[in-house]
Amino acid sequence: MGFSRTYEEINEKIKTGRVVVLTAEEIIPMVEEKGVEAVAREVDVVTTATFGPMCSTGAFLNFGHSDPPIKMTKVWLNDVPAYTGIAAVDAYIGATELSESAGFEYGGAHVIEDLISGKPVKLRATAYGTDCYPRREIETYITKDTINQAYLFNPRNAYQNYSVAVNSSDRIIYTYMGTLLPKLGNATYCSAGQLSPLLNDPYYRTIGIGTRIFLGGAQGYVAWEGTQHSPSVSRNEKGIPVGGAGTLALIGDLKQMDRRFIRAAIFHKYGVSMYVGVGIPIPILDEEMVRFVSVKDEDIQAPIVDYGVGRRSKPTYGTVSYKELRSGKIIIDGKVVPTAPLSSLAKAREIAETLKTWIREGKFFVQQPVQPLPAEQLTKPLEIREKDEFPINI
Amino acid sequence: MAKKRIVLTFPPSLVEKPLTYRLVKDFDLAINILHARIVPRESGRLVIELSNSSEENIDAGIRYLEEQGVNVEPLSKEIRWDEKECINCGACTAVCHSDALRMNPETWKLEFDKDKCIVCEMCVPACPLRIISVTF
Repeated sequence: MGFSRTYEEINEKIKTGRVVVLTAEEIIPMVEEKGVEAVAREVDVVTTATFGPMCSTGAFLNFGHSDPPIKMTKVWLNDVPAYTGIAAVDAYIGATELSESAGFEYGGAHVIEDLISGKPVKLRATAYGTDCYPRREIETYITKDTINQAYLFNPRNAYQNYSVAVNSSDRIIYTYMGTLLPKLGNATYCSAGQLSPLLNDPYYRTIGIGTRIFLGGAQGYVAWEGTQHSPSVSRNEKGIPVGGAGTLALIGDLKQMDRRFIRAAIFHKYGVSMYVGVGIPIPILDEEMVRFVSVKDEDIQAPIVDYGVGRRSKPTYGTVSYKELRSGKIIIDGKVVPTAPLSSLAKAREIAETLKTWIREGKFFVQQPVQPLPAEQLTKPLEIREKDEFPINI
Repeated sequence: MAKKRIVLTFPPSLVEKPLTYRLVKDFDLAINILHARIVPRESGRLVIELSNSSEENIDAGIRYLEEQGVNVEPLSKEIRWDEKECINCGACTAVCHSDALRMNPETWKLEFDKDKCIVCEMCVPACPLRIISVTF
């Protein structure tokens, strides 16, 4: 057995200011120069980050009780409907929900960004009225400081790798992967690659339920596996999934967040989404973790998927590495296709640096997961079925 | 060196006339084609930059075009990018044909080269943050 260290040892070093932290980009040349074993001894934590559009984002809000009180049955925030089929003044505002008055130009993500920015947001609610909650409607303004609680709960963030999008059809198409030009006129990709959290811990040894993270400028946690968590997809010889695989459900206090690290987005003719900044520290427990965090863009491949075909199974044009994608052009069927990112590497670097500073300054401690994420699982499709296709006695 | 950027719109009857050739031959103008949409039997649109040591030659060339029935307008529209609001995602670079918007390969921050921009406006709706606009 080679060198190893524990979470407790790392946190002790953070407390005493002796911790050595590098970003997942900085570690690459260091491993090449010094070798895995030396780096394992020297470095305690490696920071990873991503800043990309993540539709599966939203916030739970508790507005506090009015006088007389109301049991809200419909809620709008700046004209964007929020879900309130839970307790009286609890609601969930989803990032992709559209405004009933402004449509595509304003949505739940904008409400969340406005709340984070401290802007007043108009709250409107209706109710049927009960003996204990007699009020039937309310209209008021809220800010993150006036309401009781506000926390992000994002069912699916930080996708471990993703497809590259192209369009083979004859017309321009507008997708969540951006504007795709006809006849393979461009290719878009969306991952921080060698800096991305789950690509630096491909088998989820240190990222699991309870892991403390950077979320939108605040400290948050991994709450659960993300929706469509699909670790059993095919992997390359380095164990890196080729395409979308693991995902994370994340939670964090909206009131502590900073608009620099979380922003509303509009994808033309598609809808509203939200750029979410996620940073995850990877504790260097042993040499294996050094090998994982030294992953390079050239080791990570993504499938080239034809979004010009509007079906669940889309044709693919083989795979391409992030090194090739970052070069600005790739070759598909002999044709030179310009590439463009959708996820901001500049912001991801800023997040990895910020997290590094927090750890060095003793403001952020690493947390061992209370339970690992599922290691084997595939996404189930939704089929159109009749009720009588199921056995009678269930 | 004097330079002028103009937008030419010409009727189908003029599409097959060698207008740019005459600008070079008779007026000694250097022509840089920034954007062209010319289809036989349809009206055409051409965005060009004319340059010559004398502004008079450029103006004479423009008068010639107008005499031929070409509608000439200065390229006065401009793309405005609100850099301080930018998150440097790169979505706009996916649709920029002229390479005016590009990611710096070291910093991965967006760079905008106004001189290369042909104001096709594709980037305006492609920006997820709505921070690219056209000014007149």
